[in-house]
Amino acid sequence: MQVTTKPFGTIEVDERQKIHFPFGILGFEHLKWYVLLDASQAPFYWLQSMDDPEVAFVMIDPLVFRPDYRLEVVKEELQEIGVKEEDDILLFAIVTIPENQQLMSANLQGPVVINRGAKVGRQLISLNPNWKVKHFILEELAQVKDEAC
Amino acid sequence: MLILSRKVDESIIIGDEILVSIVDIKGDQVKLGIQAPKDVKVYRQEVYEAIQQENLAAARTSADLPEIKRLSGKKRTKAQDTPDSGDTSQR
Repeated sequence: MQVTTKPFGTIEVDERQKIHFPFGILGFEHLKWYVLLDASQAPFYWLQSMDDPEVAFVMIDPLVFRPDYRLEVVKEELQEIGVKEEDDILLFAIVTIPENQQLMSANLQGPVVINRGAKVGRQLISLNPNWKVKHFILEELAQVKDEAC
Repeated sequence: MLILSRKVDESIIIGDEILVSIVDIKGDQVKLGIQAPKDVKVYRQEVYEAIQQENLAAARTSADLPEIKRLSGKKRTKAQDTPDSGDTSQR
């Protein structure tokens, strides 16, 4: 299928990359269908709206820079997208990249969870108050490396 | 805005299904108990708004992404590698 995307223009996308967000993304509740794309730059992904080419989110696997991150959310909210056990899910954090890219940050308070079997996704709200909307990726990554040394 | 005075252990009912009780009051902090149907989501307003604001900022990110070189060698899940519908047995 053809999808018009913010990063790549109009491209052919495999049906299997289509993800339903029945509750939308907070602030974008009217958009319910997205495609999950690999970004050309590792380790990012794009979550591209199928209905609005201008709406696309950069995402990252939070474990890449915060190996201690755990999904702590209301269980019912996971069940509502058909998740029965944690193995069913793909976990992402939405990334904000300001003009100074060194200050790119990930939102760990509002993780995005995708039920990979059913292809249904949802943004959830973490119950753990230690996870904030802005975690500076490069800074926290440096800390992880330091600890490993 | 409707303003009501309540004491500890008193409640208000919103609609037919939502019950908000004052569980405890200590200094400037009020502890609320909320009973609502499953499909009514209850969040702290500032958390909800912070995530919404962050999403709006994230959507303004330009299509030109930086590369985190230190990570590019890492094994990653391919977007199209997710198994077909129904197959959740794969570990």
